[in-house]
Amino acid sequence: MSIGLVIRLLVLALLVAFLVSPESFAFLFEPLTKNNQPIIYNQGSLLDLTLNHLLIVAVATALATTVAVGLAILVTRPFGAEFLPLSRSLANVGQTFPPVAVLALAVPMLGFGTAPTLVALFLYGLLPIFENTLTGLTGLPPTVTEAARGMGMTGRQRLVRVELPLALPIILAGVRLSTVISLATATIGSTVAARTLGEVIIAGLLSSNTAFVLQGGLIVGALAVLIYDGLSAIERALTRRTGQGARANA
Amino acid sequence: MIEIQELTKVYGQTTVVDRVSLTIGAGELCAIVGTSGSGKTTLMRMVNRLVEPTSGKVLIDGQDTREVPAYELRRRIGYAIQGHGLFPHRTVGQNIGTVPHLLGWDKARIANRVDELLSLFQLDPAQFRDRMPNELSGGQQQRVGVARALAAEPNILLMDEPFGALDPVIRAKAQDDLLAIQRRFNTTVVLVTHDMEEAIHLGSRIAVMDGGELLQYATPEEIIANPATDFVAELIGGDRPFRLLSLAKVSSLVEPGEAAGQPIAATASLREAYAECLWSGREALPVMDNGTLVGRINRADLARCAVRPS
Repeated sequence: MSIGLVIRLLVLALLVAFLVSPESFAFLFEPLTKNNQPIIYNQGSLLDLTLNHLLIVAVATALATTVAVGLAILVTRPFGAEFLPLSRSLANVGQTFPPVAVLALAVPMLGFGTAPTLVALFLYGLLPIFENTLTGLTGLPPTVTEAARGMGMTGRQRLVRVELPLALPIILAGVRLSTVISLATATIGSTVAARTLGEVIIAGLLSSNTAFVLQGGLIVGALAVLIYDGLSAIERALTRRTGQGARANA
Repeated sequence: MIEIQELTKVYGQTTVVDRVSLTIGAGELCAIVGTSGSGKTTLMRMVNRLVEPTSGKVLIDGQDTREVPAYELRRRIGYAIQGHGLFPHRTVGQNIGTVPHLLGWDKARIANRVDELLSLFQLDPAQFRDRMPNELSGGQQQRVGVARALAAEPNILLMDEPFGALDPVIRAKAQDDLLAIQRRFNTTVVLVTHDMEEAIHLGSRIAVMDGGELLQYATPEEIIANPATDFVAELIGGDRPFRLLSLAKVSSLVEPGEAAGQPIAATASLREAYAECLWSGREALPVMDNGTLVGRINRADLARCAVRPS
């Protein structure tokens, strides 16, 4: 077992322990409070907020993955090639909008709550996945795609049996990027009343309680690092299994 | 039999293949030779419709290739390319079984065929079946690539510079393997190469392409003796007598008698025998066939074989 893995397991254990029983860690945060402020966030369960935060990120990323991969497949087929520039600019527009602006624009249409946050995260998650899927599908070794055609695979068989499996590690890298961005961005959702860990941070900022800010920030940070590492490990395993170690390192 | 009739491919303003007609008989090995940009690869790729012709047609055993969907046509034609193009995420066995799988063979039949082909290419099935392509050496990958092309027992095999990425020693071995397999299954092979030496060694007929046109289509002997144009002569190069000698085997020139020194194998080419005569300063070499001396080969006879045929 490597030192890196030990540290990650330790972080995970600490995170779970803190979420299940935050009061046990009160002594750590006590020096950060003043005037008898509450030490541990007391306007709701941290565990519930964390799970809700993760749920929103998971739903938004799942939707973004479905749409982005679908679009990328369409525009790399012969019949969709002319939409390639258009779809690229659309996904880029999604990225140039600041998430706060998307939230502000979505609230009048969708009202306060989780819905505008989901929309913002979804739009934000599209581009990394779309770009990576395009890279994965168009950057395949030419001899391999040529061989697939020469063997007599139909377009669909080439996609399912050769192109997607080989592009999978790169697609997953896009999903990983998108997930981590969403994890961080979801905190802003609390400004429009989505129940995420942003609540803890905002409550801390409003009452000048550094302990709250730190609790919210640490949980989001730990989640981001753990999820990033976990997805990286899956990617590496996939890259090895698809026998393209050299390509992924390049 | 492959009949190519007035086949033309135009990209924009450029004519890549210009009204080429040639017939490749069943069981022949046709080597298409040319420099890069000569249209040789495009010509070959029009046979299995990886490139759709602008005009003209290809008949395989009398049937127009446009009568069947392209993917069905390709499953009937073996295809091996430079750099092998093995699927990196599939095992050696799965790679070889690609076309049989597409054709819907049952599992047992595919497994049998994979093992049969691995053995044919001197790769132990138990050892290689479940390996990944990147765990093989370049020569092994190339053999698996050819085995995959032959998996569904095609009558026709198309090869695009199949030996280009191999070092000279492995290449010579791979070429001899190809000849052995081609003779054994009587496969019609179309092989694209830029190497005239390879074409002369392998081809029963050679098609020389330049600038999209077919300059000459003839047997190696004919090409060496009577190159149709200066360009063909240039491709053959200055050592024509030796190329001519490389076409025949020692066994064709054995005479009764004895000679001193190290014997030469009856299966060696006349070129090798002549080189040995010159190198060892002998007038004749003993000839050995399967471990027994069968006679000798004479330097003067060898020299006569190198004279331009009339």
